[in-house]
Amino acid sequence: MTEKSKETKTRFKIWARNVAVQMISISFVPLILILLIIGYEFQTSYKEKSLAYLRELVLKHQNTIDLFLNEKLSYIQVLARSYSYQQLRDEELLAQKLSVLQSSYGGVFVDIGVVDDKGIQIAYAGAFNLGKANYANAEWFKQAMGKPYFISDVFLGLRNQPHFIITVKQSSKEEGDWILRATIDFEKFNAFVEQVSVGQTGSAFIINRKGELQTKPNPDSPLQKSFLMDLLTEITIAEKSGESPINVGEIKYQKKSYIYITTLLKGGEWLLVYQQAKSDAFASLYRAQKISLVIFLLGGLAIIWVVMFIYRRETSYIQHLREERMVMNEQVIEAGKLASLGELAAGIAHEINNPLAIMLEEGGWIEDLMSEEPFCQCENYDEIKRALKQIHTQGDRCKEITHKLLSFARRTDPMARKTQVNDLIEEIIGISEQRSKFSNIKINKHLDANLPEVMVSPSEMQQVFLNLLNNAIDAIDAAGGHGGTIEITSRTEGNAVIVDVADTGQGIPDAILTRIFDPFFTTKAVGKGTGLGLSICLGIIKKMEGKLTVNSIVGEGTTFHIHLPINETESIEEVANSSNI
Amino acid sequence: MGSVNLLLVDDEVPFVETMSKRLEKRNFKVAPSFSGAEALGLLEKNESIDVVILDVKMPGMDGISTLREIKRMRPLVEVIMLTGHGTIDSGIEGMKLGAFDYLTKPCDMDKLVSKIQEAKNAKTQREDKITLARISEIELRRGD
Repeated sequence: MTEKSKETKTRFKIWARNVAVQMISISFVPLILILLIIGYEFQTSYKEKSLAYLRELVLKHQNTIDLFLNEKLSYIQVLARSYSYQQLRDEELLAQKLSVLQSSYGGVFVDIGVVDDKGIQIAYAGAFNLGKANYANAEWFKQAMGKPYFISDVFLGLRNQPHFIITVKQSSKEEGDWILRATIDFEKFNAFVEQVSVGQTGSAFIINRKGELQTKPNPDSPLQKSFLMDLLTEITIAEKSGESPINVGEIKYQKKSYIYITTLLKGGEWLLVYQQAKSDAFASLYRAQKISLVIFLLGGLAIIWVVMFIYRRETSYIQHLREERMVMNEQVIEAGKLASLGELAAGIAHEINNPLAIMLEEGGWIEDLMSEEPFCQCENYDEIKRALKQIHTQGDRCKEITHKLLSFARRTDPMARKTQVNDLIEEIIGISEQRSKFSNIKINKHLDANLPEVMVSPSEMQQVFLNLLNNAIDAIDAAGGHGGTIEITSRTEGNAVIVDVADTGQGIPDAILTRIFDPFFTTKAVGKGTGLGLSICLGIIKKMEGKLTVNSIVGEGTTFHIHLPINETESIEEVANSSNI
Repeated sequence: MGSVNLLLVDDEVPFVETMSKRLEKRNFKVAPSFSGAEALGLLEKNESIDVVILDVKMPGMDGISTLREIKRMRPLVEVIMLTGHGTIDSGIEGMKLGAFDYLTKPCDMDKLVSKIQEAKNAKTQREDKITLARISEIELRRGD
């Protein structure tokens, strides 16, 4: 392959790659833009909607919890107001009332007791042994005595179990202030608070203003003290600024992102905290994003595949066209070269032909004169006769050469005409004889004397034979320079004329046998061959609707078979115009 | 056979001179000529010319044009064309225009001599036929 054609091929490859990249970019840019814009819009609106829903949920839950507490408080208030201090001192009545409350509220009330103004529990009903317990120093007692009713924070108390109590303060003239207190089952309350759970990680818990937990939170939740204090600070700021005391935020905890929503309970004493892992809260969004990504990737792969498919098909087609064009150009150049060579040869042959005719005439004249009487007695008569004969013989040789050159030059047009292939073979052998003689190669011809004429362009057929013969000589030379034989056979087979050109050269390895007709394929050294000879031969034979095939055995030789159809048409036609090549 | 009058036309002077000598040596009467125009002039003056040996490729008036003129002037004169191998087509064209035959240059003397004689015979036969036709025509008229 020549440097120029290599460079052209590389440039073509770069161009083709750029086209493929541009095609992929053009397809991908809108796809990516759509994905980003729609993805962003969808994500924003989905998040807003999800958070609004969770906010509503939390507000509803806040109401429910407040309602729960108020309801329990109302019962205790009703109980305290319905019975006098004396009546309630009766532990049987208390037990009876507790049993009613427990059966009405599913065991939310654990126990119930009456405490006097000194903090002594004077009556008690419940599972713990807390009769006569002294609450004088208990924090809750101090606070309960200062308010008409009171709901405590969770504490361990005398029973040493987490619980909280609801107290209602009553006053009477005889006994002074007294308190009816009821204990709320921590587990039950906890379950009630937790029932807001959404998804797999959504849960709620309550803290008091000191940041102490009032219910059992989900163990996976972020519970650092600092975080809880931050939540309280945020809600305090919101309270002060007059905004609705509900906060929404995000926190990262153990490499996981959580969203949280906080709101106040129990008249601002408790903070309800709802939190959920982001991956859970926005699970549908993330799933939609994943599906979109998969669709995008699959679509992208499909685009790339289609582009590559089109790219390969089109570039190979363009490459094929380019190669065909290059072969045609080369063919035109070769034909042009051949034509100018023909003109030159014809000119030289003509110029030589005339002096040659004179020389031969003069020789003939000498012969004529020599045949006259006085010369016959000349001493060197026989020698002169021999010399004259030699002049004639060599003159005839020159004549033959000029005639071959002239007949070669005559045929440089691509017009198909009825041609006797044997004559073309003879002429080409004549031209190549000298070269083959130097290479110690014997050319044997086995030409069918009854070979029918075929419709071919004589000049182009000559080019084919010349190429094949030159290749055969090269192959024998390459085999070691010991000479060899070239057999040229012509015969009729069915409706075709077959010409075989067989050499005893080095042969062609199987690996490259299929490529020898490819344009620019050559095994010859740089500058020795363009790699176009056989490709042009194939083009010419195809143009004449014939076939060119090859058989080769490495080390034994190669045979090219030319198969030319016998066309009955008489008219001369312009093959070059009627052909695809 | 009586001697044949030849007109040899070629632009190569030595060729014409030598060939004339050789042909004369073979008992032909040769009128040498070095161009088409000169040949036509000679032909006009010399009515005894039987055969013209005419080179195809000549400067000025070429062989084909000269042949056309000869055939116009003297249809009975036979013309043998001399051609290089490359101009066989013009030899063939010459035959289409009425040349007797063509020979490739350089040509073999024996071949040329036999062609000249064939041409002379052909001319004689044609002249005889014409003469016979004329005689029978005259006789027919007399009969009338």
